[in-house]
Amino acid sequence: MPSLELVLNVALGGILAGLVYGLMALGLSVIFGVVRVVNFAHGEMMTIAMYLAVTLFAAFGLDPLIMLVPIAAVLFALGYVMQAGVINPFISRPEHSQFMLLVAIAIIITNVLLIIFGPDAKSVQTSYSLDSFLVGPLIVDATKAYAAVAAILVALALFVFFRFTLVGKAIRACADNYVGALVVGLDVKHLYALTFGLGAACVGAAGAMLVLVIDATPPLGPALTLLAFVIVITGGLGSMPGALLGGVMIGLTEALAGLFFTPSAKSMFSFGLLVLVLLFRPQGIVGKKAL
Amino acid sequence: MIRKSPTNPARAGVTRRSFAAGAGAAGLLAGTAPFNIVRAQGGPLKIGVILPLSGVQAGIGQSCKRGADIAPALFKQIGYTQPIEIVVVDFETNVDTARARAERLIADGCNMLSGPFDSGAASAIAQVAEQKGVPFVINIAAAPQITEQGYKFVFRNFQTAPQIISRGLALFTDIFAATGKTPSTAVLMHINDTFGQANKAAIDRIFPTMNLPFKIVESIAYDPAAKDLSVEVAKAKATNADILMTVTRLNDAIILVREMVKQRWEPMGIISPGSPGMYEQQFLDTMGKYGDYVITTVPWANPKAEMTKLVSDEFKKLYPRDKLPGHIFNIGFTFEALMVCADAHKRAGSTNGTALADAVRTTKIEKRVMVGGPIEFDAKGQCNTIASVCLQNRNQTPTVVLPKDAAEMTPVFPMPSWNQRG
Repeated sequence: MPSLELVLNVALGGILAGLVYGLMALGLSVIFGVVRVVNFAHGEMMTIAMYLAVTLFAAFGLDPLIMLVPIAAVLFALGYVMQAGVINPFISRPEHSQFMLLVAIAIIITNVLLIIFGPDAKSVQTSYSLDSFLVGPLIVDATKAYAAVAAILVALALFVFFRFTLVGKAIRACADNYVGALVVGLDVKHLYALTFGLGAACVGAAGAMLVLVIDATPPLGPALTLLAFVIVITGGLGSMPGALLGGVMIGLTEALAGLFFTPSAKSMFSFGLLVLVLLFRPQGIVGKKAL
Repeated sequence: MIRKSPTNPARAGVTRRSFAAGAGAAGLLAGTAPFNIVRAQGGPLKIGVILPLSGVQAGIGQSCKRGADIAPALFKQIGYTQPIEIVVVDFETNVDTARARAERLIADGCNMLSGPFDSGAASAIAQVAEQKGVPFVINIAAAPQITEQGYKFVFRNFQTAPQIISRGLALFTDIFAATGKTPSTAVLMHINDTFGQANKAAIDRIFPTMNLPFKIVESIAYDPAAKDLSVEVAKAKATNADILMTVTRLNDAIILVREMVKQRWEPMGIISPGSPGMYEQQFLDTMGKYGDYVITTVPWANPKAEMTKLVSDEFKKLYPRDKLPGHIFNIGFTFEALMVCADAHKRAGSTNGTALADAVRTTKIEKRVMVGGPIEFDAKGQCNTIASVCLQNRNQTPTVVLPKDAAEMTPVFPMPSWNQRG
């Protein structure tokens, strides 16, 4: 039986990693919640952010945490252009058309990254990359701790934006009542593009943080997309708190499953949790039931 | 050749001239057909090299590719002057892709196959090679079952997992004897793929027979595509074992040692009985001082061999910015596999699969890169003459520290703590 100290250490690591995963999934949830498009290129967009962070660090020594906002801004622009230029014409088309479009974009992103950066894993070695803090019996991974704090701050900023700004309220109005939003004269296409941009900005911020925790490789995208899906479905598709909670639950489940069972079966447990949620609470843990 | 009759346009006829031309053409075809076959069998050798140039094992695949890149120039220097074409393809670290690439290469006219630095992929390629009658010379792959299937076209110039483990573990006691420090416990962390499982099985079988001074208190398997090994390392640390034994590949080796530093776990040593990862250039570059003092018992290039010097010179010409020690394992075995192909082709004087396989079976190459006896194969297609050395990363360079007659430095054990390094 593992000691309490070991359990606490492993659980803390899982929660910290889960918060960063949650921020990544938050972007997916925001996009789906408003635009009703499932972004199958989500993980690939995250690898773009990771490579931006790697390149900026390699070329200018810029810390990914400092570059978090600029990278999020670049991804915002990319998301806005993608939605306005490519995805908008597909909004009213059947879902399988949207699926094929976004899968195609995902494949293109992966291959462009392969061409530009090659297949080798790229990492960022900051001065604090291998640091850890001792908090009583707990060893806290410094990079995971910084990334988790940044994830919470970004999520709070997003919450404030949607709750208290006019644009945020307009976006929520589009999500609640598409026809009503059109009737009152909201520029729905622009708001959709803005929302996709915001979702992409979340991905950008998460990518800048995640590169401190895991190495960037072009084929990482599909695995991250899948992880984001597991998290948002567990937490509740379209729910912002659900995405963060889902991230923490998946991170914690994988960590504890690795500790109490076998580490190579971690994914089995996170998918097991997903199946349980789908069976007993299909709307997700904090998701609203469809009417 | 048929043309219309001038007297009756509707009637088609064969003229004497067209008949003669047709007969001549047919005769020419019939006459040259046997020569075509002979030319195909005695013509240029086309070798398909299947490597993981992308995916999880990309770093090692790219390293192996350097062995194929230097081969053409080296062949000319060592007397294999016959025309040889080498085609390198990527199997994306995916076993199914490896099988498909093998089929495609054979369809494209490859007479021999080589690669793939992966036991799972090697098993898949071996099935295709055997079915098509195309000799397959494995550069690196350790799962013992590959040469236990009764295949006639599959050859391996590499140690099997039991050989890696038994020859590697035998060197463990030499390390402890040379440094005067003996651990009493070990924890084993191994990658959960074909290679990792084969090594784990070999350790389970061979370890009890080796009479080593320590016991393995726990074995921890981890996912080959793991991005985070914090749980695994925490679990291993909690065992309080004196040494960490590892069966790794490249990316996971980096993540593993990085996580050990973060979790401040400082066992007496990190020792790998024969797995890749910790002597690779990418590991050395990424880990810097934290990659030092790791020990691997592994087949390695003989620094005193004439062939190693040739390889080194050619490598410097092609890759002036790269450091050879971090690539020599992959380059050495990949080049040797291709040398076996070239040697068989030269002796067979044919590109016929059966003739080439027969020639490979009677291989005896004395001048080689890696430490050991001549390259030769037993009835199963296995080369049993490859020896192991004890390597320790020192000043970010894999350095032979045992056996003494090949050693460039003396071993350091226990390793210094993380914060006592430069």
